[in-house]
Amino acid sequence: MNNIEPNSFRTGPDEKGLFGIYGGRFVAETLMPLILELEQAYKDAKADPSFQKELDGFLEHYVGRPSPLYFAERLTEHLGGAKIYFKRDELNHTGAHKINNVMGQILLARRMGKKRIIAETGAGQHGVATATACARFGLPCVVYMGEVDIERQKPNVFRMKLLGAEVIPAKSGSRTLKDALNEALRDWVANVEDTFYCIGTVAGPHPYPEMVRDFQSVIGRETKRQMMEREGRLPDSLVAAIGGGSNAMGLFHPFLDDRSVAIYGVEAAGHGIHTKTGHAASITGGRPGILHGNRTYLLMDDDGQIIEGHSISAGLDYPGIGPEHAWLHDIGRANYVSATDKEALSAFQLCCKLEGIIPALEPAHALAHVIKLAPTLPKDHLMVMNMCGRGDKDIFTVADILGVKL
Amino acid sequence: MTTRIDVKFAALKKEGRAALVTFVTAGDPDYKTSLKIIEGLPKAGADVIEFGMPFTDPMADGPAIQAAGLRALKSGQTMKKTLKLVTDFRKKDKETPVVLMGYYNPIYVYGVEKFLEDAKKAGVDGLIVVDLPPEEDDELCIPALKAGLNFIRLATPTTDDKRAPAVFRNTSGFVYYVSVLGITGTKAPDLKNVKANVKRLKTHTLLPICVGFGVKSADQAKAIAKDADGVVVGSALVNAVAASLNKQGKATAKTAGAVHRLVKDIARGVSA
Repeated sequence: MNNIEPNSFRTGPDEKGLFGIYGGRFVAETLMPLILELEQAYKDAKADPSFQKELDGFLEHYVGRPSPLYFAERLTEHLGGAKIYFKRDELNHTGAHKINNVMGQILLARRMGKKRIIAETGAGQHGVATATACARFGLPCVVYMGEVDIERQKPNVFRMKLLGAEVIPAKSGSRTLKDALNEALRDWVANVEDTFYCIGTVAGPHPYPEMVRDFQSVIGRETKRQMMEREGRLPDSLVAAIGGGSNAMGLFHPFLDDRSVAIYGVEAAGHGIHTKTGHAASITGGRPGILHGNRTYLLMDDDGQIIEGHSISAGLDYPGIGPEHAWLHDIGRANYVSATDKEALSAFQLCCKLEGIIPALEPAHALAHVIKLAPTLPKDHLMVMNMCGRGDKDIFTVADILGVKL
Repeated sequence: MTTRIDVKFAALKKEGRAALVTFVTAGDPDYKTSLKIIEGLPKAGADVIEFGMPFTDPMADGPAIQAAGLRALKSGQTMKKTLKLVTDFRKKDKETPVVLMGYYNPIYVYGVEKFLEDAKKAGVDGLIVVDLPPEEDDELCIPALKAGLNFIRLATPTTDDKRAPAVFRNTSGFVYYVSVLGITGTKAPDLKNVKANVKRLKTHTLLPICVGFGVKSADQAKAIAKDADGVVVGSALVNAVAASLNKQGKATAKTAGAVHRLVKDIARGVSA
């Protein structure tokens, strides 16, 4: 927090892929030439108006963008404070924000002439989005998913298979998202010639954190425009859930230089931050380390061994966080808070009843913070929460916890 | 600076034979057995000992080495204990070069400066850190060289002529040529490619080149030793440890001997 405030918060990363001390390229030598190739290809694509035009076309007609900015009137009334808007990315094709990034990366893979796509997935949303885009373009798709997550998220596994993807269980380590990422990296090392690795969040080696952020920033750009149209001014605060942090970064990034906008990232506190392995709050309960190609906040023990996080939401239980979030935390531009399983679950239920929207358990964490924050703020305070996914995939988990047999 | 690694390779060059570099995971399956394994390696024919620093998420390693790391961690292995193992080994062996191999996070968390100081004190000669490419040399490579440790880099089939100079710039001790595209211990190396690539890399560096990843038998070792300055065997030894364990995954009376026998066998191939 003692750092001198930069002129802009939006210039990162530097040429080494660093946001302050976070980020970088901590990968095996085999992958280094590929990562450099990807960096160049992305730079070229970014500078080519036809690439953006093609992407915009797919976002509009295939994904269904722009997603609405919806005034959550009954929730606002119920909480009695800030005026709450939902950015409704759960209405995207495939039901979450993940497809924004996947469309960008798959178009880039095609441009690079790659013939095979691999991805990792936790809850399955990124896997489904990748399988979807691959089906659309006739590309073979392999999705790595932890054995434990495969058991927890059966509907998404079946969806991926219907879409023609091969789902390979990650059987090593703790058999969840981090191990799926390890397996995907291993696949990539073995198939460097023809394979494109489509990472699902703003983490991994440079240029992934930057690239995924750019593709997700459509969320924040739309929000800015829509809020200007609706209210004639910028919002006062933004709230989003954070696992790796891609939906949050997508909403936050276009607003980073608008200093009047308060920013809240909500991590998963699971059973509580005080528990040693019962949460997934990397910033609140972790410290800097190196994993999966980047330096960032990690959950680990005193010996630098990675600890498996816990969250009711399979999309949030990753033991790391995107490096740009780590930087935004250190310099104090964004506030990182947390919500427990219990708080998320009651927010989930409240949202169903008051707004007729079944949220995914991930944004239910963001909503839990909205519930804490909104009543303390004046009625003219404009708050935007990213409703980044719909909850159809979570009804089994929720039913189980509520003791309902389906 | 001259390390035990430099001395060893100079001596082998005189002898006119390739080095046998053996990899086992520190603390696998437990501290005591692990010490017994490495203490017997030089006699079995190992010229250089690579000692794996266990990590929960070894992204360049195959199932065999990952499982070994998890076994070691389960038995209570830590970075401190890994350095203590080297200290204990050095009590009886002052010559055999010891290289620590692993991933950056446990070193970073231990503290780079303190790690280098403690490693040097323990009798470590070199480091191989898989997830530190030349782009990240400021992190550990440069400080390690300053501390008098070799920083041994992996070169791979994707290290083309354009990239080779960057890879070799701060490398010392030897070069570890990864003979296959992929993770440790899975595919067998394609010998024709190995020969061509070693020859190509030799135009970029005067350092000895050791070839590893996927070497399992005396015959393979023999073939590789013809073209390279050394052969690295890892997963095969780690598999020998795994095969010797009892149903509870604990060491048996056969564990250390099983590793030493395999090393002896492969050493015959290397010096043939």
